Amino acid sequence: MANVFTRMGDWVNERAPNMMPTYRKHMSEYYAPKNFNLWYYFGSLALLVLVNQIVTGIFLTMNYNPSAAGAFASVEYIMRDVEWGWLIRYMHSTGASLFFVVVFLHMFRGLMYGSYKKPRELVWLLGMLIFLTLMAEAFMGYVLPWGNMSFWGAKVIISLFGTIPVIGGSLVEWIMGDYLPADATLNRFFALHVIALPLVLLLLVVLHIAALHEVGSNNPDGVEIKKGPKGNRWDALKPADGIPFHPYYTVKDMVGVGFFLLIAAFIIFFAPTFGGWFLEHDNFIEANNLATPAHIKPVWYFTPFYAILRMIPSFFGTAVWGVLAMFGAIALLFALPWIDVGKVKSIRYRGVGYKIALALFALSFILLGAVGAGVTAEVIPEWFGDVDVTLWENLFGRLWTLVYFGYFVFLWLYTRLGWETTKPVPERVITHD
Amino acid sequence: MTKRQLLMKHILFSMTLAFGLLAGSTSVLASEGGAELPSAGVNLHDQASLQRGARLFFNYCVGCHSLKFQRYSRIGEDLGLTEKEVMDNLNFTGAKFGEPVISHMPTDMAQQWFGKAPPDLSLVVRARTADWVYGYLNSFYIDPSRPVGWNNTVFPNASMPFPLWELQGVQTAVRKAGSEDVEKLELAQPGRMTPAQYQQAARDLTNFLAYVSEPAALQRHSYGVWVLLFLALFTLLAYALKKEYWKDVH
Repeated sequence: MANVFTRMGDWVNERAPNMMPTYRKHMSEYYAPKNFNLWYYFGSLALLVLVNQIVTGIFLTMNYNPSAAGAFASVEYIMRDVEWGWLIRYMHSTGASLFFVVVFLHMFRGLMYGSYKKPRELVWLLGMLIFLTLMAEAFMGYVLPWGNMSFWGAKVIISLFGTIPVIGGSLVEWIMGDYLPADATLNRFFALHVIALPLVLLLLVVLHIAALHEVGSNNPDGVEIKKGPKGNRWDALKPADGIPFHPYYTVKDMVGVGFFLLIAAFIIFFAPTFGGWFLEHDNFIEANNLATPAHIKPVWYFTPFYAILRMIPSFFGTAVWGVLAMFGAIALLFALPWIDVGKVKSIRYRGVGYKIALALFALSFILLGAVGAGVTAEVIPEWFGDVDVTLWENLFGRLWTLVYFGYFVFLWLYTRLGWETTKPVPERVITHD
Repeated sequence: MTKRQLLMKHILFSMTLAFGLLAGSTSVLASEGGAELPSAGVNLHDQASLQRGARLFFNYCVGCHSLKFQRYSRIGEDLGLTEKEVMDNLNFTGAKFGEPVISHMPTDMAQQWFGKAPPDLSLVVRARTADWVYGYLNSFYIDPSRPVGWNNTVFPNASMPFPLWELQGVQTAVRKAGSEDVEKLELAQPGRMTPAQYQQAARDLTNFLAYVSEPAALQRHSYGVWVLLFLALFTLLAYALKKEYWKDVH
C-alpha cells in the first residue's frame, strides 16, 4: 500500500516538480520568529474568515434573489425555509463583522511592532489594498439584503461621489444605473460582491503572503532574525531564532482558531444581531425610498471613517472636503512606511512619545467610531442634560479627528527631526516562557 | 469666556465623554414618543405563552395584519400544535396548511380607512424590538382628535384603532399641567381583563410576534450549547497538541 502512495507521489512530482519546493518554502521550511505573541493570531484568523465568507457566500447565492422585488423576501426565505439557511446566513453576517475585528487588530499589530517598515513596505501596501477591497466588498454585501438601511446607506455612500466637482452628478447616476439605488444597482452590486471583488481579494491575499514570505515575518521585538546568527536544528544556514511554520505555527494557530470560533459561535447562536450592531434593526424593514430611517448610519466598521466625513464642514460651496478627509484618513495609512522613518520597529524599544501617540491614535479610532455610530448623539443629552447636542458632538468629533490626523503629523516630525529617544534593541529575539 | 477657557472646557468635556464611552454606556432604548419602555420579558421557550399569543393574534390582529413570511405549518411545528388544531383554531383566512398568513384586508381599502395600509408584522419585533411592541400594546388611549379615535404614547399619532380595548378597557391621557404632553395613562373604563391579566396577554402576543420574527431562534439556542461544548473540547485538544509540539522550542 505504501508503495502505491510513493509511486503516486513520484508520478505527481515528476509532472509538477515545483510543488514540493513550494510547499517547503511556504510551510515546512518557512522559518518564522519563535517569539510570536497573541497579536500574531489575527493574520491566520483573517484567512479563516475569508474562507468562511466564500463558502457560506456560495450557499447563500444558491437561494438569494438579486432583484429589488425579490431580494428582501429571498433573505427571509433563507432564514426560514432553506435547510440550515439561518445558520449559513448568520455565519456570513457575523463573519463580515468579525472580518473587520480581526483585520483591525491585525493592522494595529503592524503599527505596534513596526511591521510596515523596511523591508516590509510592500507587504503593508498589499495589506492596505486588501483592506480597501474588503471595505468595498462589505459595503456592497450590506446592500444585498435590500433592507431600509441597505437602501439608505447605499444612497448616502454613493452620493459621496456626487461631491466631486463637474462630473459628480453623472458619476452617481453611472454608479447606480438609475436615479436612486434600484434594481440595476442591486444587480451590479451582486455581481461585484460575489465575483469581481472576491477574485481581487484572493489575488491580493496570495500576493500579501508571498511578499511576506520573501522578506520574512517581523516579531514583537522588531528584530530581523535573518540578520541574526544562523543555524537551527533543521538547517545550518537558516536563522537561529526561526522555527518552521509547519508544524509549530500551524498547531499554535489552531489554538487561536479554537478561541476565535468559540466567540464566533457564541455570537452566531446566541446574539446574531449583536444588539443591532451586526444586523441593524432598520434593515429588517424592506427598502423603501419614501421612509427614511430616523438615523442613517453605516455598519460599525465604517463608523470611524463616516465620523470623519461628517465632522468636516463644507466650505467654498462644496462638501467635497469631508469626502477628501475620509479617503485621506485611509490614504495616510498607505503612506505610513514613509511617514514614520524611525529605525526602531517595535513599540517595546520606541520612545515614550510614540507610545502615547499610538494609544491616542487607537483611542481616536474607537471614539470616532462612537461618533459615527450615533452613540455620542444619544449619550450627550443623557449625561449632560439640556445642551446643544450637535454643537458638542461636532466639537468632540473634530477634536478626535484632529488627533487621528495629528498622529501622522506627529510621527513625521518625531522621526524626521530626531525627537525620538529609543531604547537599545536586543541582538536576538527575547522569548518568555 | 475667553477662547482659552472655551478650549479647556471643550477638552474637559471631551475627556469626560471619552472615558464614559470607553467605560461602556448603557443606552436606554426609548420610543419615538420619548417614553421609556418596560421590558417585554420575551421567553421563546414558554410554549404555552406562544400558543396564547398565537390565539390572540389570530383573533384580534390577522383581520388587518399579515405575517407573509410565516407559514401556518411552521406555527404548528414550532408551537407543538397538530395540523387540525392549527386549521380549526388559528386559520380563519381559509389558507392551506402550508401557506403563509395573509390577511384578507384589501390594501387600497385599508389605505382609505386608516390613511395607511396596516404593515406586515412578520419582522416587527426585529425591526422595533420586543419592548417596543409590548409598550405599544399597553399605551393606547382615547383621543377624539385622531381620525380613528385612538392615540398611542409609544407611537404618537399611530393610525391604528385599538382592537384589544375590549380586553384592556379604555385608557385616557392625563396631561401635564399647561402642556399637551401626556404624563400618564389612566384606565377610565375597565375591560374584560384585569390590568395584570391584560399585561400577560400583551406579553404573550409580543412573545408570539418575537417568535414569528425569527423562528430559527428556537433552533439556534438548542444547537448553540452543543456547538460551544464541542469547540471548547477542540480548543482544549488544540492547546494540548500545541504544548506537546512546542516542548522543544526555547
